Amino acid sequence: MSFDAHRCPNGHLTYPGHGVCPECGHQQTETVDLADRTAEVVTWTTSTATPPGVREPNTLAIVEFDVEGSSVRVLGGTTTDEVETGDPVRPVHVDELREPGAGIREPASQAWDGYRFEPME
Amino acid sequence: MDVAIIGASMTQFGQRDAWVRELLAEAGETCLADAGVPREDVEHLYVANMASGEFEGQTGLMNALAHDMGMLGAYAERVDNTSATGGAGVYEAWQSVASGASDCSLLVGAEKMTHRTTAESTDVIASLTHPVEYKHGVTLPSFAGLTARHYLERFDAPRESLAEVAVKNHANGALNPNAQFQKEIDVETALDSPIIADPLRLYDFCPVTDGSAALLFCPADRAEEYTDEFVRVAGVAGATDTHVVHEREDPTVMNGVVESSEQAFGMAGWDRDDVDVAELHDMFTILEFLQLEGLGFADQGTAWKMAREGTTARDGDLPVNTSGGLKSKGHPLGASGVAQVVELYEQIQGEAGDRQVEADRGLACNVGGFGNCVVTTLVEGVSA
Repeated sequence: MSFDAHRCPNGHLTYPGHGVCPECGHQQTETVDLADRTAEVVTWTTSTATPPGVREPNTLAIVEFDVEGSSVRVLGGTTTDEVETGDPVRPVHVDELREPGAGIREPASQAWDGYRFEPME
Repeated sequence: MDVAIIGASMTQFGQRDAWVRELLAEAGETCLADAGVPREDVEHLYVANMASGEFEGQTGLMNALAHDMGMLGAYAERVDNTSATGGAGVYEAWQSVASGASDCSLLVGAEKMTHRTTAESTDVIASLTHPVEYKHGVTLPSFAGLTARHYLERFDAPRESLAEVAVKNHANGALNPNAQFQKEIDVETALDSPIIADPLRLYDFCPVTDGSAALLFCPADRAEEYTDEFVRVAGVAGATDTHVVHEREDPTVMNGVVESSEQAFGMAGWDRDDVDVAELHDMFTILEFLQLEGLGFADQGTAWKMAREGTTARDGDLPVNTSGGLKSKGHPLGASGVAQVVELYEQIQGEAGDRQVEADRGLACNVGGFGNCVVTTLVEGVSA
């Protein structure tokens, strides 16, 4: 299961992909799989007031990947509530991040699998 | 064309028995009475409401209110800009008059939320997020927690500085008879309250609220037909930032705040120190810092000192959230941006009671999403 960031011809990298690059307006033409790369925690929070179908508590982090000199940030849950800013983390695939249909969003309208981040020893 | 605001009202904010249509009519009728304008004069009716379909199963509010208020035949429209819905309503109503399309426009904002559980309300609001955010169970409070941690760590700001915003805004709300919470709190209470999105606690967040607020707009050169003293829209502008919050280059900069305020100040021809009083979107305490910085009232990483030093208190250089803010007054989504301008109107007209400050010029910043779409409004008093 790939974890794709998207790149335009000018080298701007985003996650998720967009119709056009938000920075320069060119079409994004390449993908970079982040699944086997490591990232660093920029910031994190433990949310205790979670919506229907979401684990409680739900620890979330914004992490930053360095891809050959370009950085790209991604938000995701963490595999543990024990996380600190600056921690190195790796992506771990999860089949169902929250229960589809428990919340307001139409289950068929989007994917529900994805990657959480696991702090590395 | 110069646009005047000649009437303003808000209902009691809090947990109300009334449903959204009743809330809308209550504020709308009070606003017309405040202005002394007959209902048949209203040509355009704007209803600011984010999610009555999701909350209550009632859509079509613009038509419902036109019927309920006896304004059949008027042009009517519902405005949604998520949490900045009220500000967008101000923009729409201003535009309708400024363009010459309407000689009298009534704006009514309302939301009915408290019949839902907090989890359900949180999910309705979180439905504005991108699919890659929503699937992780992201909530607007969790964005606040992520950003607050980053701000505190990066700028070496003390945790207490966030609590000091809550203390200030509760002190103001205690003097506002329409506020949801009319109760002062202290820093210790805020710091000891339950964690909601670490490092933020219960008192860093606005409550879930029912309520409504209204404003009446007409051309400034016709305002004298109704009143000797009114408020003029000096500047109003909106701007957007990324849908995906983590894609922002600097998590502590809200570009929608920066860009909408630069446009609004440019339109008004004001400097930042021309502002006497400001209503900011303190849905979370951290947002007061980010807006003070984005609006140009403080350098990046320094706004945490303003509540601490009393700068933003009622007797400070720039009173912020004299109404109590969203924090204490409450945050009925579609009504909040309207109620911000209602507070400015009352402050400028000298009708703010025990929380009155000296003010001729005011600013409102209404933030949708987590800064995803923002409307900044500048108003000033006019004596005919």
